Amino acid sequence: MRMGFIDRSGAVFLALVGLAALLVPAANLLLPETSALHVPTYAVSLMGKYLAYALLALSLDLVWGYCGILSLGHGAFFALGGYAMGMHLMRQIGPRGVYGHPVLPDFMVFLNWKELPWYWHGFDWFPFAALMVLAVPGLLAFAFGWLAFRSRVTGVYLSIITQAMTFALMLAFFRNDMGLGGNNGLTDFKDLLGFPVQAQGTRVALFVLTALALALGYVVARHMVTSTYGKVLVAIRDAEARTRFLGYRVESFKLVAFTVSAMMAGVAGALYVPQVGIINPSEFSPANSIEAVIWVAVGGRGTLVGAALGAVVVNFSKTWLTGALPELWLFALGALFVVVTLYLPKGIVGTLAGLAARRRTRHAADAGVAPQAAE
Amino acid sequence: MTGLSLTNTQLYLDGVSVTFDGFRALNNLSLAVEAGEMRAVIGPNGAGKTTMMDVITGRTRPDTGDVFFGGMVDLTILDEAEIAALGIGRKFQKPTVFESHTVADNICLALKDERTPFSALFGARNRIARERIDAVLARVRLLDHRSRPAAELSHGQKQWLEIGMLLAQDPKLLLVDEPVAGMTDAETEDTAVLLRDIARDRSVVVVEHDMAFVRALDCKVTVLHEGSVLAEGSIDAVSADERVVEVYLGR
Repeated sequence: MRMGFIDRSGAVFLALVGLAALLVPAANLLLPETSALHVPTYAVSLMGKYLAYALLALSLDLVWGYCGILSLGHGAFFALGGYAMGMHLMRQIGPRGVYGHPVLPDFMVFLNWKELPWYWHGFDWFPFAALMVLAVPGLLAFAFGWLAFRSRVTGVYLSIITQAMTFALMLAFFRNDMGLGGNNGLTDFKDLLGFPVQAQGTRVALFVLTALALALGYVVARHMVTSTYGKVLVAIRDAEARTRFLGYRVESFKLVAFTVSAMMAGVAGALYVPQVGIINPSEFSPANSIEAVIWVAVGGRGTLVGAALGAVVVNFSKTWLTGALPELWLFALGALFVVVTLYLPKGIVGTLAGLAARRRTRHAADAGVAPQAAE
Repeated sequence: MTGLSLTNTQLYLDGVSVTFDGFRALNNLSLAVEAGEMRAVIGPNGAGKTTMMDVITGRTRPDTGDVFFGGMVDLTILDEAEIAALGIGRKFQKPTVFESHTVADNICLALKDERTPFSALFGARNRIARERIDAVLARVRLLDHRSRPAAELSHGQKQWLEIGMLLAQDPKLLLVDEPVAGMTDAETEDTAVLLRDIARDRSVVVVEHDMAFVRALDCKVTVLHEGSVLAEGSIDAVSADERVVEVYLGR
């Protein structure tokens, strides 16, 4: 791996994520509840949720910002990772369910099922579940991408079929006979690796893990986009036919990015589920995937840092606004998208970077002019 | 066979026809280019020049006919990336460089080396030596612009950058579509010199409208008309041909 592929905004980003991973737990565990700086446990989980969304946004930016693949179905990979984690958490409940069945989760007892479906086997073992968090979204993305990219489906057509994919999955997961809890999804989790999910310590640990996953996801994505591989991705984004005539197998490059991105989204989903305590088919809803696109657009497409920032900013506003004026949120989100598209086409980070670059050239120009004036 | 020799033939098209929605873009076209030969292809609009390039580079599949490269390889069953890997480079009519990349990165992406995602992430493709890039940039006179985004280059410079990208691919055959469109007279002359220089050790096929430029290339000329070869020979011979004159000046 080459060193020095993290630029200044990346270093600031990593420092902020690291600082959050230290200060939020400290403010929660060490400060007394009466302190003004005390962070309540529910807020720790809320911020953990934002960071999971930030990782989802980062994964989306990798394919959309750098390769031009506008996925309107990335929520599906997030939800699949979430379900894999949810299945493990369900198996951890054991006989402590409402019906007290020694093996079957409550919803299966309710449906009169006699034994565990085959695809639930192995999920009681954490390493297997962790592998599935990566493998299920990864394999779906690989199969989907292999078919779509080889057939040279691009642009809006690709966006539409990614949307159809997540919609189809939503309908499938709503069905009770999928054996994944139907429209109630998976919930009532008890513990994870022996730690009670509701406990303060577990919640803080999950927050820290999410922050670390976000930092790691950033480093991986940043390595990809700064390598020659990333240059080829941008080349594909800007002139796909030209890249083919240069001898690059465009579909392989897209497939790698799409699959890695889906696995990242899966990890984000897996970290999200224990912090919110539930996963259900609404996570597959097309609107969720579209919201993720808006986070990336607001923060700045093709900047990675911006995508993560956009996810946190938009979701923080959502929490605040749905508390203050719940009926306004969807209008605000729509307005935000329109305003960003019209006035900040490069998003927050892209616009700031543009301003900084312009100031640097002006300084350089001033420096060039000044000595002449003195002569 | 139509009497074309396969010995020492770099590119060989025989009886190639392509139809789009009933329109015959190529009609029984036959053409042979020797190894190390420079060939100019001229013809009025719609004569099939660009379709011919599309067929050679795998973008369009011919309905009938043979297309062979280096005497052995059947190009009609390969895709764009495979054909490029064989050593066929193509310059488009409209200069298409990667605008958001720097001039040096444009060359870096074109340089002959492994082209798999893995090598671009971790392998040889990710460790291209600066000297190799600069050698190409020097040849197309863009060394001073190596760190500028390609989008900032002038039209003529973009054409040269694209020729540089072709050189970096180190192809056996270059297909160059209207390289001097939109260039000044001085740039046109320079381009002719550059292409003649390149043609010393590889085959070059140039499609061009500019007759002064074709004359400066000083090579065999093929005239296309309605998808097939109308005339072939030196520039003086074909411009004296009555049928060529008729096609160019209207019927």
